Amino acid sequence: MIKAILIFNNHGKPRLIRFYQYFAEDMQQQIIRETFHLVSKRDDNVCNFLEGGSLIGGSDYKLIYRHYATLYFVFCVDSSESELGILDLIQVCCYFFKMLCRKKQMVFVETLDKCFENVCELDLIFHMDRVHYILQEVVMGGMVLETNMNEIVAQVEVQNRMEKSEGGLSAAPARAVSAVKNMNLPEIPRNINIGDINIKVPSLSPF
Amino acid sequence: MALKIVKGSIDRMFDKNLQDLVRGIRNHKEDEAKYISTCIDEIKQELKQDNIAVKANAVCKLTYLQMLGYDVSWAAFNIVEVMSSSKFTYKRIGYLAASQCFHESTDVIMLTTNQIRKDLSSPNQYDTGVALTGLSCFVTPDLARDLANDIMTLMSHTKPYIRKKAVLIMYKVFLKYPESLRPAFPRLKEKLEDPDPGVQSAAVNVICELARRNPKNYLSLAPLFFKLMTSSTNNWVLIKIIKLFGALTPLEPRLGKKLIEPLTNLIHSTSAMSLLYECVNTVIAGQYWFSVGSKELCVQKLRILIEDSDQNLKYLGLLAMSKILKTHPKSVQSHKDLILQCLDDKDESIRLRALDLLYGMVSKKNLMEIVKKLMLHVDKAEGTTYRDELLTKIIDICSQSNYQYITNFEWYISILVELTRLEGTRHGHLIASQMLDVAIRVKAIRVFAVAQMATLLDNAHLLTGNMQRNGICEVLYAAAWICGEFSEHLENPMQTLEAMLRPKVATLPGHIQAVYVQNAAKLFATILKSQEGNTDSTAAQDTSQLMIDRLPLFVQSANLEVQERASCILQLVKYIQKLQQKDVEVAEEVNALFAGELNPVAPKAQKKVPVPEGLDLDAWINEPPSESESEDEQPKAIFAKEEPKHSRPRHTEVDEKELARRREARKQEQANNPFYIKASPSSQKVYQDAPGVEHIPVVQIDLSVPLKVPGLPMSDQYVKLEEERRQKERAEKKKKEKKKRKEKRSGRGKKHDSGPESEEDITPAHQVDIVTEEMPENALPSDDDDKDPNDPHKALDIDLDKPLADSEKLPVRSHRAAEAAKSPAEDGETENATSLEPKKKSSKEKREKKKDKDRDRKVMVKCWIHHWDCAFFVFIFFCLHFLTGNDKFSNIFFLHLLFWVCDDKKSSKHKKKKQKKEKEEKEKKKKKKHHHHHHHSDGGGEESVQNGTVEEEEPLPVSLSHRLINPQVVYDIQGNLQDGSQVVVSVIFENKCDSFLKSMEFNVLDSLNSKLQRPEGSGPHDGLTVPFQLPPERISQEPHHFVKCCCASFPQNEDSSTHEKLDFKLHFTCTSYLITTPCYSDAFAKLLESGDLKGSSVRLEGVNMPFHHLLARICFHHHFSIVERIDSCASMYSRSIQGHHVCLLVKTSGQTVSIDAKCDEPTLLGNVLDEIKQTFSQC
Repeated sequence: MIKAILIFNNHGKPRLIRFYQYFAEDMQQQIIRETFHLVSKRDDNVCNFLEGGSLIGGSDYKLIYRHYATLYFVFCVDSSESELGILDLIQVCCYFFKMLCRKKQMVFVETLDKCFENVCELDLIFHMDRVHYILQEVVMGGMVLETNMNEIVAQVEVQNRMEKSEGGLSAAPARAVSAVKNMNLPEIPRNINIGDINIKVPSLSPF
Repeated sequence: MALKIVKGSIDRMFDKNLQDLVRGIRNHKEDEAKYISTCIDEIKQELKQDNIAVKANAVCKLTYLQMLGYDVSWAAFNIVEVMSSSKFTYKRIGYLAASQCFHESTDVIMLTTNQIRKDLSSPNQYDTGVALTGLSCFVTPDLARDLANDIMTLMSHTKPYIRKKAVLIMYKVFLKYPESLRPAFPRLKEKLEDPDPGVQSAAVNVICELARRNPKNYLSLAPLFFKLMTSSTNNWVLIKIIKLFGALTPLEPRLGKKLIEPLTNLIHSTSAMSLLYECVNTVIAGQYWFSVGSKELCVQKLRILIEDSDQNLKYLGLLAMSKILKTHPKSVQSHKDLILQCLDDKDESIRLRALDLLYGMVSKKNLMEIVKKLMLHVDKAEGTTYRDELLTKIIDICSQSNYQYITNFEWYISILVELTRLEGTRHGHLIASQMLDVAIRVKAIRVFAVAQMATLLDNAHLLTGNMQRNGICEVLYAAAWICGEFSEHLENPMQTLEAMLRPKVATLPGHIQAVYVQNAAKLFATILKSQEGNTDSTAAQDTSQLMIDRLPLFVQSANLEVQERASCILQLVKYIQKLQQKDVEVAEEVNALFAGELNPVAPKAQKKVPVPEGLDLDAWINEPPSESESEDEQPKAIFAKEEPKHSRPRHTEVDEKELARRREARKQEQANNPFYIKASPSSQKVYQDAPGVEHIPVVQIDLSVPLKVPGLPMSDQYVKLEEERRQKERAEKKKKEKKKRKEKRSGRGKKHDSGPESEEDITPAHQVDIVTEEMPENALPSDDDDKDPNDPHKALDIDLDKPLADSEKLPVRSHRAAEAAKSPAEDGETENATSLEPKKKSSKEKREKKKDKDRDRKVMVKCWIHHWDCAFFVFIFFCLHFLTGNDKFSNIFFLHLLFWVCDDKKSSKHKKKKQKKEKEEKEKKKKKKHHHHHHHSDGGGEESVQNGTVEEEEPLPVSLSHRLINPQVVYDIQGNLQDGSQVVVSVIFENKCDSFLKSMEFNVLDSLNSKLQRPEGSGPHDGLTVPFQLPPERISQEPHHFVKCCCASFPQNEDSSTHEKLDFKLHFTCTSYLITTPCYSDAFAKLLESGDLKGSSVRLEGVNMPFHHLLARICFHHHFSIVERIDSCASMYSRSIQGHHVCLLVKTSGQTVSIDAKCDEPTLLGNVLDEIKQTFSQC
């Protein structure tokens, strides 16, 4: 069983947390801090397994992690999981995060190694929800659901298409506005009269 | 108004989405918390809007904030709302949020049952998938029970995507609801052979997880898995199966034989390291049954792993090695070089693993060598954690299995002394306890230990530098004690005494000082003894003077213990000095103070003392003293009596013969005690010959050993000496063997028949006598327990091979089954006939609940579940706007209605409330205004207050809220005569706080089954603003209703008014849908004759109340009317709001009441009877 999946950056800022066992929020943060503390002081050329996280699990649990550029991917697993298997799984996850967050169809010819090496923190940071959806297709309730890459890609894409057809998360205008906001204007005046833009702007696809 | 709308829509446009929030947080690095709190306020506003898109967006942002550590449980209800959206996009957001922040005690989870069920049966497979994924994270025992059947159906879904998710989630369901395992297992087994590899993998996954905890139940699946293993190419599946076999082989030896071939094939053929590693692991796990060749293969493969440059493989190799070590230490020991090499690895995990391995690799032969290496590492180690780890490991290795591998304790003591030179270690106490342990238990070593400890004490100034913060000064505790206790071995006791009384000692921690003082006294006694033999009496008096000079320092100590001991000893010494001046011999008496041997007592000894037969510890020994007796006399008498027994000097009166006799008796006793390890005869003899002074047994100490090299590491020398000694011994033995001399006893470890290289050949340097810990007589040998009773997997230890019984079915959704189980809620609802009673009861309940909050929660859950079978949830969202006109302070209205408030929310509420409450208390307005908001329908003739359907559910009451407001709600549910589809619910709110309640709003979140009757023109989510009147709520008829109102509290202050959102639940019993309708006997008879009605009957035992009371009760609680009554027989009639007739024939004889009922709707009938039964079961 996987007990938790934590992704945080080099400063310990959480980018994605997924606990498969309930912990209160403050406890979760404590676990993240402790895990970060344990993981961050390790060199990159040491092994990727770590025992002794006291907050989560206990003796049966170990931390399996990978460090890519600015991100740590940490899985907390018990003895029923294969250590090397989980390491592979982290690679697979990274691959998907990268691929699907950038919404750029990568060619499978590209070797995995090349892909996951530069998982960008920004890919994750703005799309936490999306990353969760991908993760849900790989791990469910603490157990590995699917390891077949084609299958995972297919399922995630179908769901994204469904979302697209429904018009995305927020109504289209909000996105138009957020595009305006992205222009980095110092202050957008709140009281401009632009009428009811809700109707006029056609529904844009999210991607 | 129009302007407001325009403004609203613009505002909405500028609603932040998740990306904006993230960006905002990144741009506000300095005042992140402040920024987030404004964001949360915005989110709260967004959640209040009707637009589901806005809500979903808000929930999505909350999910992000939850990740940052913010508690978002207050929005649980909104999450449920978003979950129930029909759009996949929003549903997905809702479920994601739920999976992140819901847990077993989130009470809104109970509201989700139907929604989840709906989603599970959705035609869109992704709706189902999302629901399954979400559910896997927050499934509760109740959800598991209620949804098990639905999920089981999904296991045979046409889409493999759903099948695999359903299979996987079954594991969670099993955990929460173990009863489902047996009924679901056959289907799960089927899935092992599913055509889809994903589903197959999921099934393997679940079964492996189950089998890992209770392997024996899954042995019968072995052939199936065997087939899978040989056919599957999926490494994930293979790894799982191989792991499973690893758990099964210890239970079934034959399996091992069968497995060995495919496993070795895999080991040879696979290119995947993960698979190879698991194969090796499994071979190791079952090695008792596997052939020798395979084991060698494994060790060889592991060596390759360890030698690999990949740190991960190295680590795993060591991990697997440690498993082999447990059973085949020999095959690992040959790789000692490799493992010692790993100690130099830069990776700490690997070093620690290697250390673990060393622990199991030591033998008498190599212990010294290994420890020497470790000591080198200790010197080199940077970072205190690793060094501390090394230190503990050294001690672990040496002390394991009762110092089994130590042949030379002098060496060990010197190692310990060397370790004290580590600065900044936290393990001073560990070293100290080892020193004490060795010195106490190995009698032969005491001379040496005492000498070493005396050196330590002398050099104490080395340790005192920064001792307050490093734990190493703990060692002095041991040193002082050893020097005191075994002071007779000291070469220069005077010097040690002076070392112990140095002024600098006063800087040590209190408990160490206390030991110093106490042991100074012991030393003093020894010195007196040696000096009194001399003719020169001044020496003895000088010693006393030294004590008298130095002790006052300790008398002034801030530490109580030190002070107490010091002043006590000081007085004693002064007295002794007085005696000395009179030339009285005191040494004997003083020594008697500290006479007697100390034996270590096993930590569990006390627990194991069996309670003697006939001993009742709870029984009074004497009659309990009467209250009137004066209290001060009693203790005095006891004290006076006891005192002589406690006084030490009495021992001196016992003559030598008596002492000897007692000692003999004790020895006899010990001899009969199987748990007392006897000392070697030689030491016993010595001990007996010289009572009072404990001589050590004769020890063959190599005189070449430099006993005192203070401050220098000596352990190395021991290693060398040991080598020499062993060589000498070996040579000697050879000689002996040649000459074939008669055997001579020399040391208990020596055995002459063993081969030249065997372990036993190494004789210990000393005839050590390791005293084992004392155990009481008749100690119970059972080393019980170890198993965690709370392990959730214990419940899954279920025999799966037995055929399914009829009773083992998953609960299927149906109308309420006639269960006899009573829930407290129901108890409450029927028992209380008047409006006063609920109050009493609630206070009783509160008290109970305070006692056991957890149990209470469980009870709540149960009661909910009990109703579930036929429950149709109505979400009521109840808003109360308290607009107080009351000056500057905000007023708190905390209506504990008859509801359920989730404790998380509540606690957060209270936090917010605390300050306000203080303010309010200042006002000191104690008058209470009671506002009765009373509304009842035209249909129901009775006053709503009196209706029996009152229940109080108030988990986890907090006293604060009760002091603040003591509200009370009574509600009544009546059928509406005019409209068959309506039920009128009247609720009474009583405002018991001292502020004015200005207005309130009432809202119900409509469900499929019921909705609030709203004024025309209002939207489906609009609330009702009620000027102290609750309009009737319209709910479509169902046989049994449970209305739950949910609460979210958003206390805010606006113009000195407070809004409070409150929630509560209403319980709609079946009979609340009955309308008291008069019926004439002839019409009644006709009805019965018509044949449309189905009958059922119930018998109530032990009802003892007058018959007319009984009838009145039925009339009152269940809305029946009496048609006819003849003696002890009565017929009754009622009608449901949808026009179903219910007829009762009630007969009584003695204490038995039988009720025959007829109705044209069997479910209704069953439920009505149940409720009647419950009404009386509490009488």
